[in-house]
Amino acid sequence: MKQVPDTATLIRLQPGAKQIETQGIKWVINPYDEFALEEGLRLKERWGGEVVLVALGPARVEEAIRQGLAMGADRAVHVLTNDAVELDVWLVAQALARVCREEGYDLILTGKQAVDDDQAQVGPLVAVALGLPQVTVVVQLAIDAESRRLRAERELEGAIEVVEAPLPAVVTAQRGLNEPRYPTLPNIMKAKRKEVRTVAWESLGLEAAPLVRIESLSLPPARPAAKILTGDPEEAARELARLLREEAHVI
Amino acid sequence: MPEGIVVVTPQEGGRVRRVAYEMVSLAQGLAPGAVTAVTFGPEAEATASALGKYGADQVVALNGPAYQRYSSDGFALAVQALIDHVDPEAVFFPATAWGKDLAPRVAGLLQAGLASDCIAVTRGSDGRLQAVRPIYAGKAFATVSIQSQRQLFSIRPNIQAIVEHGRAGTLLPFTPSVDPSAFQAVAVEVRSQASDKPDLTEAEIIVSGGRGIKAPENFRLLEDLADALGAALGSSRPVADEGWVPHSYHIGQTGKVVSPTVYFAIGISGAIQHLAGISGAKYIVAINNDPEAPIFKAANYGIVGDLFQVVPALTAEIRRMKENA
Ligand SMILES: Cc1cc2nc3c(=O)[nH]c(=O)nc-3n(C[C@H](O)[C@H](O)[C@H](O)COP(=O)(O)OP(=O)(O)OC[C@H]3O[C@@H](n4cnc5c(N)ncnc54)[C@H](O)[C@@H]3O)c2cc1C
Ligand SMILES: Nc1ncnc2c1ncn2[C@@H]1O[C@H](COP(=O)(O)O)[C@@H](O)[C@H]1O
Repeated sequence: MKQVPDTATLIRLQPGAKQIETQGIKWVINPYDEFALEEGLRLKERWGGEVVLVALGPARVEEAIRQGLAMGADRAVHVLTNDAVELDVWLVAQALARVCREEGYDLILTGKQAVDDDQAQVGPLVAVALGLPQVTVVVQLAIDAESRRLRAERELEGAIEVVEAPLPAVVTAQRGLNEPRYPTLPNIMKAKRKEVRTVAWESLGLEAAPLVRIESLSLPPARPAAKILTGDPEEAARELARLLREEAHVI
Repeated sequence: MPEGIVVVTPQEGGRVRRVAYEMVSLAQGLAPGAVTAVTFGPEAEATASALGKYGADQVVALNGPAYQRYSSDGFALAVQALIDHVDPEAVFFPATAWGKDLAPRVAGLLQAGLASDCIAVTRGSDGRLQAVRPIYAGKAFATVSIQSQRQLFSIRPNIQAIVEHGRAGTLLPFTPSVDPSAFQAVAVEVRSQASDKPDLTEAEIIVSGGRGIKAPENFRLLEDLADALGAALGSSRPVADEGWVPHSYHIGQTGKVVSPTVYFAIGISGAIQHLAGISGAKYIVAINNDPEAPIFKAANYGIVGDLFQVVPALTAEIRRMKENA
């Protein structure tokens, strides 16, 4: 589970910076990770077992971890990083895979992508690191505990693909998989006492050499001021059609 | 020295999607070195001449029994073997559901860096490739470079013109030594959600509706406009959440990110999460009866008016123009 800027955040850059301006940002659980966590909780309710949250990031991530624990996760591992380390999906995935290996697993759930870096890679990279099969962008998941197999529906362009795989496996969650629950007040109180194990990034012994390096950031070019048409709908529609044909060349 | 680019693409019945031609065209423009396209499954070899025409120097058709059904881990092993054999500088995947599933799997096996969903790939002054990729769903762009020997990229559809290179696209015989009985995740069924409309992520024109359409049956008006334009249909998130349209229509930060030539936002207010998904559109057209709606700040053209009057008038006008053309 990753903590990311709220989707309503206006992105600002400092000149020359390779990171966005984080002052004043509201941090939230990555939306897709809520579907992943919810699915884990439902599987636990059905089959028993334990849901362990794993999050990597700086100290602020603790807040997202407490929210996840309040939703119902049993305990958490926080891989604590400092801002000086240049991370990429590769390094994050290697670190998460190590924690997963220590913890043990029947199933590893992630979001289909983090809405900050939009890489959609960490789930599959963890799968490869652990030698597990993967199913990504999953909108429906059925587990058969006896045969230790899963059957998942994943979203393609204009189609649904049904995939079967043995457990353990990595599944990445897409919107539609479920409806995440809200933490109740008693569960928020309980979450405060749940165990969060902190693992220092440095203790993992990963060489801090990202494979994907950000050279620079920029904002999308501003659009020229809009041509706004008002008045009679018929006339406005005719004028718009003309502009689309003569300026945009699309009709 | 690794040289050339491998383009990994799915095919169906001997045909590839347009993004495959876009990728081989892009790859050919970044030579030196050969462009090798690889396709999978029955009739894979039938793609050779078409892929050649747009820039593939050679085509590998993996059409053996192992490749009849998609397997992310199995196909990734095959691609890894091919890459070891061809020794390319870079590998391209389409940034589609298929490519975004396979690419990170291959990146993991090769221990190589992958930049997802790139909108440009160019050669930097140091001779290495550089890519531009949207982050925060398009609210910012990152220019990235890949530090590993192999440089992997997934390429967003619609960002590259296809160029006829008129090559032959010779078949390169290659049989990866993979064991299909060890493939773990296997696609056992594909259910297509029948639609005669182009797919959102590849569409030239998108007609998209928001809560301003008021009721699901009113989506008909947007369908008529889309028919007149040959456009795909999309929506804001609440409209999909309400079940007025399928979930696959949902555009924005937590839905599809699209880059059409023209995007029609009809009865959509223009919330930041919606705008994030459409920043790649060349032209944005807003139709909204609230002159203060934020969508007008993002638009190139706007009509302040009642969509129930404007949309039918626009549909009629476009039909008339097309008939007279
Ligand atoms: C975590 C998170 C993620 C989100 N992700 C997304 C996302 O990916 N995509 C997304 O779209 N939203 C997303 N949202 C929701 C977003 O914040 C907005 O609520 C949503 O985009 C609003 O949808 P809308 O424009 O259809 O509706 P509204 O904001 O209700 O706008 C309706 C518009 O229709 C106009 N209208 C009404 N009647 C007429 C008429 N007769 N003629 C013309 N115009 C009319 C109104 O003036 C108004 O501007 C997200 C929200 C959160 C919190
Ligand atoms: N720092 C992190 N800590 C925990 N999980 C992460 C982290 N980064 C990515 N993930 C998981 O991997 C998914 C995909 O992320 P990404 O590949 O960055 O788009 C996210 O939805 C998370 O579930």
